[in-house]
Amino acid sequence: MAEEEEKKKKICIIMTKGTLDAAYPPLILASTAASMDWDASIFFTFYGLDVINKKKYKNLKVAPVANPAMPMPVPNIIGMLPGMTSMATMMMKNMMKKANVPDIEEFIKMCKEMGVKLYGCQMTLDVMGIKEEDLIPTEACIGAAAFLDIASDADVTLLV
Amino acid sequence: MEADEVLDTSGLVCPMPILKTKQSIKNLEPGTVLKVIATDKGSKGDIPAFVRQSKNELLGMEDDDGKYIFFIKKK
Repeated sequence: MAEEEEKKKKICIIMTKGTLDAAYPPLILASTAASMDWDASIFFTFYGLDVINKKKYKNLKVAPVANPAMPMPVPNIIGMLPGMTSMATMMMKNMMKKANVPDIEEFIKMCKEMGVKLYGCQMTLDVMGIKEEDLIPTEACIGAAAFLDIASDADVTLLV
Repeated sequence: MEADEVLDTSGLVCPMPILKTKQSIKNLEPGTVLKVIATDKGSKGDIPAFVRQSKNELLGMEDDDGKYIFFIKKK
């Protein structure tokens, strides 16, 4: 039976942020998409590259300054005190742990296992002096045009 | 409703019930019925969406006092 192979749905996410709270949504969406047999890619660029930087991804932080959305909002002048970033980060980590949400390391592992494709931004590597071997293994480190080429037939595209 | 396999995701939140369901269903023979138990409120919409997108079949859904039970037939 010459059944026509149906084209998989495709999601392409651009990740520009390097904070703990921002790291979750793209990893959640990409792993969920992959679980539904979608073709899922994440392009890590600018500070977003920290999320796949082996030296940094286990220590992503929550910013207490200029962040009015925390469960216990703190005035910026208090948020800037030493130790407040660690405290905000600890609060979020505890909150996630209590809710049985895996940590970033675990999510990246799941993404890889489910076939999510991770791409590093070549320009960010060059500008920030990061080596490709500092990253969790990616499909490739590519530029803007190459990622747009991948994303050009995507059904869902998101910028985080 | 009868099921061949049972997956209990009680206590897990989005997206874990979906990812666990995917992991379970991956290893099943076509035609097998998987019963998924979830307590995540979002799973009420998430599991049917997952089933639709992954081209499996939702045979039934029950709401048992805060526990959502789904019967999924692997295609």
